[in-house]
Parts: sequence; C-alpha cells; structure tokens
Amino acid sequence: MSSDTLIAKPSRPWKPTPRTLLPDFIGAFITAFGTMAIVAATPLKGKLGFVIVLILMAIATASIISAITKDTKAAINSTTTVLVYVAASFVIVPLASILWEIFTKGATGVSLNIFQNDMSATASDAPLTEGGLLHAIIGTVYLILFASLLSTPIGVLAALYIVEVKGRFAGLVRFFVQAMSGIPSIVAGLFIYAVWMIGLGNSYNAAAGAASLAILMIPTVARTSEEVLKLIPNDLREAGLAMGATQWRTVAMIVIPAAKSGLITAIILGIARVAGETAPLLLTIGGADATNLNPFSGNNSALPYYVWKNLGLGSEVAVQRAWLGVFILIVVVFIFFTLARVLGAAKGEKR
Amino acid sequence: MSRGMDDNSTDHNNNSMQANQKDSEENMNQSKTGTPGVARERTQVSQHSLSDVARSRSISKGVTNNLGSGLEAKSVHAWFGSKHVLEDISMTFDTGTVTALIGPSGCGKSTFIRTLNRMHEFIPTAALAGEVLLDNSDIYAPGVDVTKIRLKIGMVFQKPNPFPSMTIKENVLSGIKLAQLKVDNQSELLESCLRRSGLWDEVKDRLDEYGGALSGGQQQRLCIARSLAVNPQVLLMDEPCSALDPGSTLRIEETIRELSESISIVIVTHNMQQAARVSDYTGFFLSDGGPGILVELGTTSDIFSNPKDKRTEDYVTGRFG
Repeated sequence: MSSDTLIAKPSRPWKPTPRTLLPDFIGAFITAFGTMAIVAATPLKGKLGFVIVLILMAIATASIISAITKDTKAAINSTTTVLVYVAASFVIVPLASILWEIFTKGATGVSLNIFQNDMSATASDAPLTEGGLLHAIIGTVYLILFASLLSTPIGVLAALYIVEVKGRFAGLVRFFVQAMSGIPSIVAGLFIYAVWMIGLGNSYNAAAGAASLAILMIPTVARTSEEVLKLIPNDLREAGLAMGATQWRTVAMIVIPAAKSGLITAIILGIARVAGETAPLLLTIGGADATNLNPFSGNNSALPYYVWKNLGLGSEVAVQRAWLGVFILIVVVFIFFTLARVLGAAKGEKR
Repeated sequence: MSRGMDDNSTDHNNNSMQANQKDSEENMNQSKTGTPGVARERTQVSQHSLSDVARSRSISKGVTNNLGSGLEAKSVHAWFGSKHVLEDISMTFDTGTVTALIGPSGCGKSTFIRTLNRMHEFIPTAALAGEVLLDNSDIYAPGVDVTKIRLKIGMVFQKPNPFPSMTIKENVLSGIKLAQLKVDNQSELLESCLRRSGLWDEVKDRLDEYGGALSGGQQQRLCIARSLAVNPQVLLMDEPCSALDPGSTLRIEETIRELSESISIVIVTHNMQQAARVSDYTGFFLSDGGPGILVELGTTSDIFSNPKDKRTEDYVTGRFG
C-alpha cells in the first residue's frame, strides 16, 4: 500500500477507454454505412442529398445509441451535441471553402512581378506575367490607412462620450451611431461625391474614398468600443478618481489601457467592414491603371475596384487577374490585422 | 445571527488571550462568577471578549493640533433621488486616530464614507446637505478643486482593484501620474509605500509583474500602498477586508495600526472584532427603514463595554442586525 502511495502515477481516470468509446465507434460506423446505403438506394443523390442524409443519420444514431446504452437524458444530450457540431460546421465549411477557392485560384498568379508593375502599360488581355497590381495595392493601403486614421478617433471618442462622459446627448449619439451602421455603402459614396466633389469642386482622389469608407467604419468602431468600455469595471474608474485624477486622466491612464485589446478589436472589425467595399469607391476614387502615390490628388485604384473592373472585362486573363486581386486583398487585410495586434501589444505588455 | 457572533467571538477570544494577559484574568473572573443558563453565558462571553479587545487598546488622543484639524462632518444628509438615506451625521476624525463605522447593511455607512471625499457625487441622482470640513474648510464649497480634495482624502475599496494594465510598481506610483505630481525619488517612494502597507518583503523581487498576479490580500495591500503614494491626510476604507481571508485581514489590520500613527483612518466594517481591534473611536449607524442615523459615537471601549444606547448594546452583543 505504502509503495503505491509513494509512487503516485499521474493518470486520467476521466479519459474515455476503448470500452466506453465502443458505442461511439459503432454509431459512427452505422452512420457512415447507413448514409451510403440510403444514398445508393433512394433518389437522394448529389452532395446536398448526401449532407442532409448524413446529418439526419448522425442525429438518429447518436440519440438511439445513447438511449440504448444510457437513458433519455443522454439521448437528448447527444442529439444537441450533434446539432451543435452541425451548426459549427455550417460556419466553418463555407469560410474554409471560400478561402480555399481564393487560394487555389488566386495564389497561382502571385509573382514578384505583380508587386512591381501596374496596369498602365499593359493591355487587359495580356498574359498574367505582364503588368501587376501595384497601383491597386497602394490605393487600398492608402484607403484603409486614412479611413482608420479618420474613424478611429471619431469612433472611440463617440464611444467615450456615450460611456464615460454620459453627456446629455449620449442617447441621441448612440441612436445616430446605430442608424449610421445601417447606411448602404453606396450612399456613403454618394454623400462624399455630392459634398466633396460636386459641392466643393474637388476631383477624384484616394482621400475622398477614405472619407467615404470612414463613414461606414465609424459606426462599427463606435459601437464595438462602446461595448468594450462598458465591460471595464466601475471600480477602476472610482479608484482612479479617488486618487485625485481628473476624469480625462482616469480615462486615458486606466480605462483605455484596460480596454486596449478590445478597442483594437473594434478597429480591426472596422477595417474588416470597409476593406472589401467597392461601391463607394466607384464614386470617389475614380479608378486608375497607373500607380498614384499622392493620395490627395488624382485618380487612384483599389483592390476591390481592380477586381470589379477585371470581372467586368470578362476575358479569361481578366478573371484570373480578379482572383489574384481578391487573394492579395485578403493578404493585405490580414497584414493590417496583424499590425494592429502587434502595435497594440507592444505598448504596456512588454514594459 | 447571534450564534454566528458567538462563534466569532470565541474564536477571537483565543487571539486576544495571547495578545494580553489582562484578558485571561477577566476570563477567569467570569468563569468564577458563572451565570446560570448557557445562552446567557454565551452572550456574556461575547460581550466580554469584545470589550476586552476594545479596552486593551490604549486610546490614541489624536495629534490633530499639530497636524491641522483633521476631518469633520457637520450635519451631513444624503439623498439618492427622493430617498433620504443619511440624516444629520456629525463626526470628527482627528489626525492620528482610527474611527470605525459599524452597523447593519444598508444603514448608510458606505454612503457616508463616500461623502467624505466627494465620491458620493458620482451617483447621478445623489444629493447632499451639510458640510465636510478638512482643515476647517468645506470640501463642498464652490470653487474647491475636487481632485485636490481626493488627493488629501484617499480611499480603499471593498474589492481589491489594482489597475490591470499596470505592474505592481506602476500601480503604486499611479497616483503620482494620475494627479500629475512631481516626485524626486520614485524608487524611494515606491519602497516606503510598500513598506508602510506591509507588502514590500513579499513583492520586492517582482515589482515588474502585473498587479493581478498577486493574491487577494496582497492586491488589497497594493491598493493601500497606491493610496499612500499621494500622501493623504485621511484614508477612508470601505470594508477593506470583507473579501479577504483571516491571514490577510490580520496583515491589513497591522498595516492600519502602523498607518494610524501618521494619518487619520476611517474604516467601515461589518466585523465587530475588527472594529474593536483596530479603532480608537466607533460610530454605530442604524436605519429603521428611514434614513440612516448615527446612533452613538464614542471611544471603542465605551461602545463595546458600556454603550449608552440600548440599540448599540443590542447590536454589539449580537442580539440583532
């Protein structure tokens, strides 16, 4: 006995043994063969029919086997478990297949070329080895950068007004922010077009595009920031104020650092909201085939615009270019996400 | 309730016996006299032990005259909306003393303590009447810089709330940054604050870790150190030990005793042993459905051994509340 207690072996008694797993294996076996048999025997053919039969079979076998080996409660439990897995796969499968499609169709065209050239000297039906999408990448980077610079302060400050200042118009501001998040993107583009171009007599440029994207981005940033700031416990604010800080110092030194990762998520969600927008850009950046490094003057391009344009051209090479544009757009957005996370983590957590 | 009280007090009886010999004498006396009826004896025991604890402390007279006039509340009333929650509270807190506020839940102790450093006004519907004088000037007078008031009257909250985004060191020094003060020697201040709050030896090698990594008791002492860094005249503590284990509570009580030499401390507590152990003066608050009132204020030994008011006696002996 004493030797047993002396040498205590770490074990996991809760881990399923082959014996307890046996019903599950039998269930999986029945599901798989049952599905194949039904698909073969009945007119339910094709991918869709297969998936439907598979789901129904999985639910049926899981609940029947649980009901036999355990009881009704266990049967309900396994039915819900299967439903949850099905729901989760309904989310993951489309996303994964979209990414896979973009990767297989877009990544093949990636070469160093496309980062060095634009389309100014290339015909639209020229092979992929000629030309590139430097102009569109630069345009998108400008757009995301300026839209973020415009909407982050406005969005976060609006959220601070609602949550921290609790001013007289907090309810009104929240209402307008919510209403703003319902604006169709083309309307945001039209607004900038009407005010900035027709009203003030400016011409197409990247900054105007960024302004129209900012209109779409502000509500996302503001609403997410508001939710994040609400999560900060009131204790912390009181602790700061009780130490003789003004409200501004408390917010800047305690509330915002505590909410930092959430606020970065808010910005990321905002970027995700606008990065793929095409409609407002049609009215604001003008579109271009040449690289334009000046965001404040002259037509510019963007990756969504590039995709839209090439899809419209319709030739085989153009469609390939469109896929390439989509792929690069996803890469650019991913780089922005990573950048936001890294910049956010660098402050505070490593000091 | 009365049973719980007895358990506590017997428990505490042992502690105090070790602390002073007077205690054991009294206990012997008591067992000789012996009262009929177990229940009665129990009450007696609890009463005795509490008043013994209270008496064993030598009352600090306060050194107010040397260091300014301390803090004084003059007929303070408080309201939340139309609900009158505090009625006519007048108390004086001299520098160098510890004042405990006891009373059942919901009787306005916390509200009162929050009126003392103007935290009351953060509740949107709050209203107030009366004066709170710090060094003979009203902190609610128009034109008073409220942030300066809160610098002089620090506060420790019920739940330990170190700033999550700051390290231990930054937490202690946060008051300096928050109030934009100039300090010549930050590391000296850091050490002295942590020493005064009794935390230095436990954290001196891990000052760059985050405050959240500490245990609950350590976090609370970190919060005390944080409020000491801005050198307050008064420290308000709103049930600082209610979320802590007995060991941490003991450490914080030691800390309070050490601090009481230089500043005045107001502590709200539900633990009457704690009030008896740490305080010089005790105020008993009570609300019978209406606004909370200050039933009795006196030296801690008076409150616990011969209270003037029947309600105080009932409360400290555990007959209600």
